[in-house]
Amino acid sequence: MTLPYETGLMLALILFVIGLVGLLVRRNIIFMLMSVEIMLNASGLAFITGGYRWGNVDGQVMFAFILVMAAAEVSVGLALIIQLYKQFKTLDTDQASNLKG
Amino acid sequence: MEHFLWLIVAIPLFSFLVLAIFNDHLGEKGAALFGVGSIGLSMVLTTLVGLSFIGQLDVAAYFVQTLWTWMEVGDLKPAFAFRLDALSLVFIFVITFVGFWIHVYSRQFMQGEEGYARFFAYMNLFVASMLILVLADNLLLLYLGWEGVGLCSFLLIGFWYKERSNARAARKAFVVTRIGDTVMAIGLFLLFKHFNTLNISEIMAAAPTQWTTGSSVATATALLLLGGAVGKSAQLPLQTWLPDAMAGPSPVSALIHAATMVTAGVYLIARTNVLFELAPVAQTTVAIIGAATLLMAGFSALAQRDIKRVLAYSTISQIGYMFLALGVGAYTAAVFHFMIHAFFKALLFLAAGAVIMVMHHEHDMFKMGGLKKSLPVTFWTFLIGSASLAALPLVTAGFYSKDQILWYAWAAENGSFWLWLAGIAGAFITAVYTFRMVFVTFYGEQKMKPEYQPNSWIKVPLIVLAILSLVGGFINLPHSLGHWNPFGELLHYQLPEVAAEVNIGTEIILQLISALLALAGVYLAWLYFVKKPELAAGLAAKNVSLLKFWGSGWRFDQLYDAILVRPYIKLAKANRKDFFDYFYRGLGRFNLGLSIFFGSSQNGRLRWYLAGIVLGAVLSITIILLL
Repeated sequence: MTLPYETGLMLALILFVIGLVGLLVRRNIIFMLMSVEIMLNASGLAFITGGYRWGNVDGQVMFAFILVMAAAEVSVGLALIIQLYKQFKTLDTDQASNLKG
Repeated sequence: MEHFLWLIVAIPLFSFLVLAIFNDHLGEKGAALFGVGSIGLSMVLTTLVGLSFIGQLDVAAYFVQTLWTWMEVGDLKPAFAFRLDALSLVFIFVITFVGFWIHVYSRQFMQGEEGYARFFAYMNLFVASMLILVLADNLLLLYLGWEGVGLCSFLLIGFWYKERSNARAARKAFVVTRIGDTVMAIGLFLLFKHFNTLNISEIMAAAPTQWTTGSSVATATALLLLGGAVGKSAQLPLQTWLPDAMAGPSPVSALIHAATMVTAGVYLIARTNVLFELAPVAQTTVAIIGAATLLMAGFSALAQRDIKRVLAYSTISQIGYMFLALGVGAYTAAVFHFMIHAFFKALLFLAAGAVIMVMHHEHDMFKMGGLKKSLPVTFWTFLIGSASLAALPLVTAGFYSKDQILWYAWAAENGSFWLWLAGIAGAFITAVYTFRMVFVTFYGEQKMKPEYQPNSWIKVPLIVLAILSLVGGFINLPHSLGHWNPFGELLHYQLPEVAAEVNIGTEIILQLISALLALAGVYLAWLYFVKKPELAAGLAAKNVSLLKFWGSGWRFDQLYDAILVRPYIKLAKANRKDFFDYFYRGLGRFNLGLSIFFGSSQNGRLRWYLAGIVLGAVLSITIILLL
């Protein structure tokens, strides 16, 4: 059986919104990083769905890129989180507001 | 030999560049070597060039050396050209010769001061500018030198710029002389408009053919040039800057504010004498300004306590004599007095500087007293300078130069009894204030001990200038004493002879009067300040307000403050409330508000920024979709 591509897009949208809401409401930076991962995957899903709809391989190529980018981002992000924790002894982003104008 | 003329100017200029670039890296010895040596070389060259020039004076009365064309704009083609003639020869001789001895003196005087190399750099630049001024063959080049010496005067008055009052004195000198300079610039514009050239000799040749005597344009031009001369030479009504200029080191006062720069006005009028002959009104004005200034400054000098301010007012007064001479057409007498005045006034300033130096930088002569024994060389040279300034008869140079001016003030066609009377009264006052200064400083009881003795770097210049202050007068003897005057004959190659009848009988009577008055002045000073000091104290107590009035220089500072400075400041303040400024200031305030508003959005909260990004993305997508 084949799924209509709208379902895929809808799932991508739902995942994206979940990630976004998580990013906005969570204060713990680990969870924020995870939310970002969810959003990235949501956009990846949207690309694959698009590629499936148009019978084009570019969507999957794009997903491979996103995957690599996400891996790199996580490694940098985790390193920053460790530094943040060393400095502030907390993972709460609202505590780390030294750069306020 | 004349072809080395340009080197006389170039050597001090080069030395200035070296001193300015390497500055303190040269060390005191190196700076003195360049600073003093360059002027010494210039002096030697001046002597050689001068001798060779005088040798062939009958063949060529002047020598022009054109270096290059400065600029070419339409008809305006001023050249960088130097003109050597009898008049400029006298001036470059005085500038380099007196300048050299003042530099020698400075080598010791400025030792240990911060900015030793800077001092010599400014001094050398001054000498170069002054030489350009007097050697210039066109008025634009003259103006370059004119402004150059003004700049150096400003820099050197404010040499100890860390004291606020010195910086203020420098600024005052600069602004006040600038008023005269602006007037003079307008005069130059007028000359260029009428003659299409700024070359001095061309203008002097063309003026009598194009302008009639007494015409308004000639009068206007002469008066405008006089304005420049009055500012530079500190004559009424622009004399207020010179007493304050004493804030500079003593060698500066000697070189710039006594011997050379302040006489630039005399040079200018002597150089453009044709224009003044064409404008009798302007010429009379010159004489009247001179007479009024010499009296005004003489009375002011009587009431000073600061030894250098006495000399400053005395300089104003002596330049008044030169103006008086110029006004009656006795140009030679004016230039002669310029030269003699340069000798004895430089000497007096240097000697006063030496006294101040060894007395813990004390300027008030009433705190000195009795220095005759402890500073013998300084005392004797100061006494000789003072005798020359007071024009003690026969032995001093000042007698011959001043007497010539007084004689022509009486006898010349433009002269009158009243001008002579002002001059003779001034001569009496001069003798009184000069010897008041001598007696108060060197006689009576000793109130302070000198710290140390000046060494020979100080003494030799004093002695050389003292000798000149005595014998310098013998090169221009009056009719009553044989009339041996090589100096006057030299200058008459360039300057017209004064129209006056020779009457030896009258001349001798007038000379006797002035000699007796000078001696009477000395006697009066001796009576009041040595014999019976209580008399002077009593007189001073009775006339406190008069002394204050004279001491403040006839309250000219207060007058100008009230009628010029303060209204100007008020005007400037009123202008700050400009209508347009409201708009621009409003714009500034608006931007400041915006900045504060947007700055508050930078609260350092990550989630807040994220919400902003989301909101922005949603908004822009919505707009794209809707449109």
